[in-house]
Amino acid sequence: MKRVVSIILVVTALIFAMDYTSNAKDAKLKAAFLYVGPHNDGGWSQSHNEGRLYLQKHMPDVETAYSETVPEGAPCEKIIRDYIHKGYNVIFGTSFGFMDSMYNVAKDYPDVKFEHCSGYKSRKNMGTYFGRMYQADYLAGLVAGMTTKSNYIGFVAPFPIPEVIREIDSFALGAQEVNPKVTVHVIWTNSWFNPIKERSASETFIANGADIIASGCDSPASIEGAKKAHIYAIGYDRDIHSKFPKTVLTSRVWHWGTFYTKVMQEIKNKTWTSAPYWGGLKDGIISLGKFGDNVPVNIKKYVAKKQKEIEEGKFKVFAGPIYNQQGKLMVKKGDELSDSKKLSLQWFVKGVVGTIPNN
Amino acid sequence: MNSMHHSAIVILLLSNAVKAGTILLFPTIGEIFTERAGILNLGIEGMMLIGAFSGFMVSYITHNPYLGFMAGVLSGGIASLIHAFISITLRGNQIVSGLALTIFGAGFTTFYGQKWINMNLDVAPQNIQLPLLSKIPFVGTILFNQDIIVYSSYALVAVAWFILYKTTIGMNLRAVGENAKAANAMGINVYKTRYIWTFFGGLMAGAGGAYLTISYAPFWLDGITAGRGWIAIALVIFAMWDPLKAIFGAYLFGSINALQFQLQAQGTTIPSAILNMLPYLVTFIVIVLSSIIVKTKHIQPPKELGVPYSREEK
Repeated sequence: MKRVVSIILVVTALIFAMDYTSNAKDAKLKAAFLYVGPHNDGGWSQSHNEGRLYLQKHMPDVETAYSETVPEGAPCEKIIRDYIHKGYNVIFGTSFGFMDSMYNVAKDYPDVKFEHCSGYKSRKNMGTYFGRMYQADYLAGLVAGMTTKSNYIGFVAPFPIPEVIREIDSFALGAQEVNPKVTVHVIWTNSWFNPIKERSASETFIANGADIIASGCDSPASIEGAKKAHIYAIGYDRDIHSKFPKTVLTSRVWHWGTFYTKVMQEIKNKTWTSAPYWGGLKDGIISLGKFGDNVPVNIKKYVAKKQKEIEEGKFKVFAGPIYNQQGKLMVKKGDELSDSKKLSLQWFVKGVVGTIPNN
Repeated sequence: MNSMHHSAIVILLLSNAVKAGTILLFPTIGEIFTERAGILNLGIEGMMLIGAFSGFMVSYITHNPYLGFMAGVLSGGIASLIHAFISITLRGNQIVSGLALTIFGAGFTTFYGQKWINMNLDVAPQNIQLPLLSKIPFVGTILFNQDIIVYSSYALVAVAWFILYKTTIGMNLRAVGENAKAANAMGINVYKTRYIWTFFGGLMAGAGGAYLTISYAPFWLDGITAGRGWIAIALVIFAMWDPLKAIFGAYLFGSINALQFQLQAQGTTIPSAILNMLPYLVTFIVIVLSSIIVKTKHIQPPKELGVPYSREEK
């Protein structure tokens, strides 16, 4: 009997040891992605999912998984912990509202790496990443400003937070730069993904005489509205030229795949740090999409020239003089809005018609 | 901005308001009939979701929005039979059954709707200008340059009013809602009447949902009805169980919906969160006001609304 027990004990111990060593030796990288919308939302979440697939293709040894339509707030924490219990050791949170949940969980699991998109809280094992989309917004603004005939541009916007305000401001700066008569009108939908509200907002703009619709929301519904009314639109999140070749002027496009591959490569090589990442046009994390079929060559050339200047650092989008909506000088000539001020932007530039709540 | 331009904006917005109102008009008319027959169905939101989803799906597959609309109508009707069975045959609690139907509709469509999110309908009912009528200044362009489904809702209101007040069918169904025992004594089949009008309520809820995803959106999305089913229940009270008054309520809400965006586009200083809340806030106010009017004018809801009926009880 004793012998049987001891054999069982030894065998169990061996199994445990084997399991342990195999775990240690493997240390397989398993990355989990959290999306705020459906993975096929046609916008933001889909762009991240395409980034995940890009990573999968370029680093086949990395295992990936995703959860879609993850609620922003407390329930998100449980989803993250579940992933960690399943052995996932890298967590990508792709919406601002996941910040606090990630920050809490990151404290409990120092060995798990966290990357949070668009937030500002970090730890030794939690980094933040985002792109300087305002550079592409500015270029899209140039195209819109040169194209509009009615000088009325509608901007369908999700939430009045700095990330979105920055988009509207840089877009308006571009449009104003080439056409001071332009006004950019803003409707908040108070939702990242609500095709009905986005469509209604777009139709309201069209009724008011808009001939270009831009959007910071995550579905292409506002562009559908523009297409139906035979006016132009500026795409967001993904390059939507193939879907709306006649409607779209250009798109502001995210390329998360290169960043995700970079991060996973660094983690693999043990060179990863939680330093914040804020790449721009020259890093390839963002770009301007394909131009629409109706955009003339002179506009394309002008935009290409500006893009080169931005990439080379010769031109800064938020360089003064910049006036706010009320005409007050906010950035003096020769100055530039600092990155920290860009990240906490809470005012509209001249030419924007709209209201930021509590301001 | 000159006045010509201004009135053009108003016409466009109100024409959209009629479309938004149509989504509410169908279920409101349906629920008026259901409640008049004595059955309270709080499952409108769920039936609308089911109608919205199946309407979208069938339109997408068949490339025919009208076929899709019919499918949406029918699926709403089928869903209502669950409620009819529980509240008429089993004499269960109508409030609980209605709520369950709403939860079921939301869960069912979220589950099966996953892969339909963000698919585009390439077909939509087209606007048809009615000859002569559409030439009436202002009102003509708002009311008579719409699609067939909107026109059918106009016809529905007229027919509904006629049936309810001018025919034996209407008299019988009102009798069932007021006093089922007396109606039974008169030789009216209470069960059958209640089944028919609960089913009709379901058909109409399905119609509202289907119009939302086929013409108004045209998209499918989880919970796309966003509380419109509940607004319809409020509108029944606002209309004081009268189909003609329902039309005003429905278009009022359609206009509020359009207004919240228009105010923002003009650069209002009212916070957008409050504007987004407007339709729900107005629902609240409407309920309070119409409850007061119902009280003071001695207008009664159907007397046996929500009361189960059993033939055996003497």
